Amino acid sequence: MGVELPIDHAESHEMEDVNISDLELVYHVREALTSVQSGDNDNYNQLVAVMHLSGRLDPDNRALLETSLKALSGAVSYIDISHHESLLVSIFGMSMWNYDPDVMDALKGLIISLAASNGKYVDSCLTMLVSNFTPPSYFLDKLKEPHGLERKHQVLSRVHAALKSIFDLVPLAPMRLLPIVVQRMPTVHNKHERLKMIVVYMENTLKLESSAMGELVRSTLLMAVVDRLIDLDMEIGWDDILHDDFSKGIFEMELEDVEEAADDAEQVGDELPSGSLSRKSLSGNLIAELLDSLMVLTFEHLESCEGTGRLIEVFEILLQSFQITVLNAYKSKFAQFVMFYACALDPENCGLRFATMLADVFVSGLYPPLTRMSAVSYLASFLSRARFLSPCFIVSLLKRLVDWCLEYCNILGGDINPKAHRVFYSGCQAIMYVLCFRMRSIMDIPRLKSQLLLMPLETVLKHDLNPLKVCLPSVVSEFLQQSKAARLFTVSETFVFNDLLESELSRAFGGLERLDMFFPFDPCLLKKSDSFIRPNFVYWSMVKTAYHGDEEDNSDEDVDEDNGDHVMVDGMGRSPDEQDLDLDEFEYSLNKMSITPKNSFSCRLDGELRQPMKMPSRIRPSTSPESL
Amino acid sequence: MIIGSERNKKWAWFNEIFEGVLLAYDVNILDKNGKILCGIHPYFGVKLKAKLLLFSPKPNMLVEGKVVRLTQASIHVIVLGFSSAIITDQDIREEFNYTTKYGEEVFASRSHKWHVIKVGTMIRFLVKSFDEEILHISGSLIPARTGSIRWLDKKSKNVCLADSSTTKRREVEGKSEMQDNETVGAAVSSVSNDHQIKKSKKRRWIYKQAIHLVNDTRNLQQLCYSLVWTDVITTQFPVISLT
Repeated sequence: MGVELPIDHAESHEMEDVNISDLELVYHVREALTSVQSGDNDNYNQLVAVMHLSGRLDPDNRALLETSLKALSGAVSYIDISHHESLLVSIFGMSMWNYDPDVMDALKGLIISLAASNGKYVDSCLTMLVSNFTPPSYFLDKLKEPHGLERKHQVLSRVHAALKSIFDLVPLAPMRLLPIVVQRMPTVHNKHERLKMIVVYMENTLKLESSAMGELVRSTLLMAVVDRLIDLDMEIGWDDILHDDFSKGIFEMELEDVEEAADDAEQVGDELPSGSLSRKSLSGNLIAELLDSLMVLTFEHLESCEGTGRLIEVFEILLQSFQITVLNAYKSKFAQFVMFYACALDPENCGLRFATMLADVFVSGLYPPLTRMSAVSYLASFLSRARFLSPCFIVSLLKRLVDWCLEYCNILGGDINPKAHRVFYSGCQAIMYVLCFRMRSIMDIPRLKSQLLLMPLETVLKHDLNPLKVCLPSVVSEFLQQSKAARLFTVSETFVFNDLLESELSRAFGGLERLDMFFPFDPCLLKKSDSFIRPNFVYWSMVKTAYHGDEEDNSDEDVDEDNGDHVMVDGMGRSPDEQDLDLDEFEYSLNKMSITPKNSFSCRLDGELRQPMKMPSRIRPSTSPESL
Repeated sequence: MIIGSERNKKWAWFNEIFEGVLLAYDVNILDKNGKILCGIHPYFGVKLKAKLLLFSPKPNMLVEGKVVRLTQASIHVIVLGFSSAIITDQDIREEFNYTTKYGEEVFASRSHKWHVIKVGTMIRFLVKSFDEEILHISGSLIPARTGSIRWLDKKSKNVCLADSSTTKRREVEGKSEMQDNETVGAAVSSVSNDHQIKKSKKRRWIYKQAIHLVNDTRNLQQLCYSLVWTDVITTQFPVISLT
């Protein structure tokens, strides 16, 4: 005991010494701050100079900066917004990305203390933290390297921890943070250097959404995310994604086929088949790449929401945002796949909700005609392309559409008039489009077959309004072919379309916006995003048509059966390995089937060769010059 | 006008007309006939009177809140779950000494062993100033009647027992349940005037609200409205009577 006591005493003295020196530092800083008012700026200026230390600091300077920041944390109540402006400006201008973790911690502590000390500093502190969402421009490329990733983790973990501490101390801070986050989000109007930051910025935004204060800010943040996706989407022109040669006629190959052809072509050194797709032309397009990365970020975020049971909550907000932004955007190209993927993660809730909402918008007279036409285009494309939707649900929605169309015929009726009855024609086209993809699968289930046969489809399609003549010829002819094979109904009049994709009448009902040719869920052209979408997607080549059994040979049927097994109930995105395996098998069987694009040009020249039309499988503007 | 509510998790706003954050109200509709107002269709005017409960801290008032952070330089407090407050070391009286007890940072009284302030303590402090924009209070623990509520209550109880015949207490109590199920006691006594409020006999449990009763009747007036948005009248809160 006697021996121990002196040691304890010594230790406590030591501790006191250390504590006193910390305190001394704080007093020194307080003095430096207060002396400014009496005109003595020397110590204050020294302090400001320390704040400006940056770059690779030697250990002494590093320690100086760290201790100065810590001392300032204890003296925040002495900081005056007007007398110490230069100090504040330098503090708020500091970027954590430039420093070591120790200095980062000290800076973080200072910012928290500042924000909690006075309401006047809250906005500046939050702005400083938000600007630390993104690294300095010189650092952006380093983010791909391990060292860069480590630094990123060090900074962002501290930034979000600081935000959380501030929210705990200042309950109204989330409200102040919202406009700051939204306003500082990089936009398409920024220079490219700033725009490139959008991915890491978005990462932070989504992290905020899933944080403890997420509930207070979720709605605004998610809407801002969707807005950005649409902005980028709109920046990608149609010209960027399509090849120029429209005159060669309709496109027939879908994404998967073309990729294979492109690979083959690369090996052999040939040109790509004409009229083909253009994922290649998108690569190297900065905006497209950024959008692709953002979409993948969003998909991964949705997956984590699904894992924590928050998907439905988040989906409701996405749905609202979709209705406000995407639905009314002029032919959004890719942003809508966010909805598609969310539905794939939870078909029974999200998938159902999405399709029902679209149907509701279509049948409701409250919405403007363009919105209703857009909604039914989304619905038709969704019902056709979503692997995870059950035939039963699809039939129930078809019934809704058919009933609405019938009511329209009975109440409004009249003669053929593409402009006046454009909503009606878009509804009819939607029904036919969905049936092109799903007829066989519906007819294969007796209960659903009888439901389909009971629908007054014939009455609607053979009405005086003549939708068969007005709607897109390629859709109509494919539909007629299948309905004939399925004995759904037959038409006495032969519709001669001459392999035309579109007609005068379809252009008339589609209007300037060309909503007659809007298939929003056609294969996604963004490479990374597509890998998420692919396992949940129905490609035209996968579809067993109603006339399928008559033409093809046995090997094809086998292949389709295999595909049928894969297609099943589970629409969840699978792991990349699994996906790759499936793709390999699939592509192999595709080779076996030897699908080659039918040359539409020769079809037109040689009138006798009336090949069955391939489905319009890509979004694309009209071939007519006026609309270009 | 937005009212704080656990269910909606909406923001608390400082209302300039009432000069405070509206916590709750009791509405009395005077006339069931609504007056159609030209030019402001589809709104119409309804005459009514309302009792309002406002949070409106003024300098030299006493306010109560929970300590959420404690350092040598400052004590950080949250009042009613939405208002933040800071008490810097310059505004903490000499009686309190910053120290570490059982590994925890505390401000302990030098004169009273049991008077300790640490994270989680409910304290009563004086308002120095109030930032309406961010609802941030600058506070003080200088006056003797500030400090840990539990300790102050015990002290006044002992005084009362010692001198029960003549001393009248100036306490008002109300209770509420915070979202984390902690009981928040909010007792306030006036500094500037002699109004005495009797302690209510029944504790009234108010959903998510702590009562901050202000003796100054200016803040608790009956107001006449001539124009009201019809969808504002949502009676989520029970009536608070102040007798």
